[in-house]
Amino acid sequence: MDSTAQAHEHNFPERAGEYVKIGLVLFVLTAMEVGAYEIAHREGVPLHEFLHTALIPVLIVLSAIKFALVALFYMHLKWDGPLLKGIFSFSLFLATFVILALLALFIYLGKFSAIIGPLTGAT
Amino acid sequence: MDAHALHPATSTGIPNRKLAIWTFIGSECLFFASLISVYLVYKGKSLVGPYPHEMFEIPLVTAGTALLLFSSLFVVLALNGCEQGNRKKFLGWLAMTILCGFFFIGMQVYEFTHFYHEGLTMQKNLFGASFFTLTGFHGTHVTIGVIWLITIFIEGLKGHVPPAKALNFEMAALYWHFVDVVWIVIFPVVYLMNS
Repeated sequence: MDSTAQAHEHNFPERAGEYVKIGLVLFVLTAMEVGAYEIAHREGVPLHEFLHTALIPVLIVLSAIKFALVALFYMHLKWDGPLLKGIFSFSLFLATFVILALLALFIYLGKFSAIIGPLTGAT
Repeated sequence: MDAHALHPATSTGIPNRKLAIWTFIGSECLFFASLISVYLVYKGKSLVGPYPHEMFEIPLVTAGTALLLFSSLFVVLALNGCEQGNRKKFLGWLAMTILCGFFFIGMQVYEFTHFYHEGLTMQKNLFGASFFTLTGFHGTHVTIGVIWLITIFIEGLKGHVPPAKALNFEMAALYWHFVDVVWIVIFPVVYLMNS
């Protein structure tokens, strides 16, 4: 059997139950994201102190899990060959690098704004 | 008919159109990474209001997020139905996906209109410029996805999407999932990390 046939063979089995389970997990993770946001903004509730300081890392982890679940199961990357996995992974690596590089660049520039002047046209 | 009869052998072992849509999705990752970077770089830099924490309605956007997530589930169920030749399952779940897409677009139109009436425009401040650019481009992608899915739905109604042509639908489904994963990033970055 060639790899095309193998790749497609994986798409044909009945997977509705698996997809629904993933959907429920995604729903729960979204509820956790919003719950974490609410707790972080309400004083006096349990975990407020923790989430007030750790909200951003918690949200990054939760959204990364959601992203991975959709890409692996709904986009079928789990069952696809290494080429498609490579294309998507490399793109994600570049995208993450672009975001981090730009943030680092502008934080660096911000520290020296007194020297180079403010961002032009900023309102 | 064998499902692979319409996909001639390729040197990669993957149908060319499937490879193309994944390459396109890869390029789109960089496109949205640039927009997200701009939003993050300008975050907290606005010198005049309105500011993010004054504008966002988290319950509304959460509902939109849930709809988009469920639409991803619905489209994968529709694809499963299409591949199995189950026309009822295919068209039913696809109709649900399109409905969710319309609701999401409606949510965004309401949000944009509300923000405009509250005084937030693209010209008002850096938050307005970066927010409308990022979420506007995402909304445009959702709209294109809905149009694409509607064309598949119409073709499906005519009986033109048999299991052998499931790849036509799979490409649209992959695009739709990508639109969903972009929102999975935008939702926490823009709406939940705003304090």
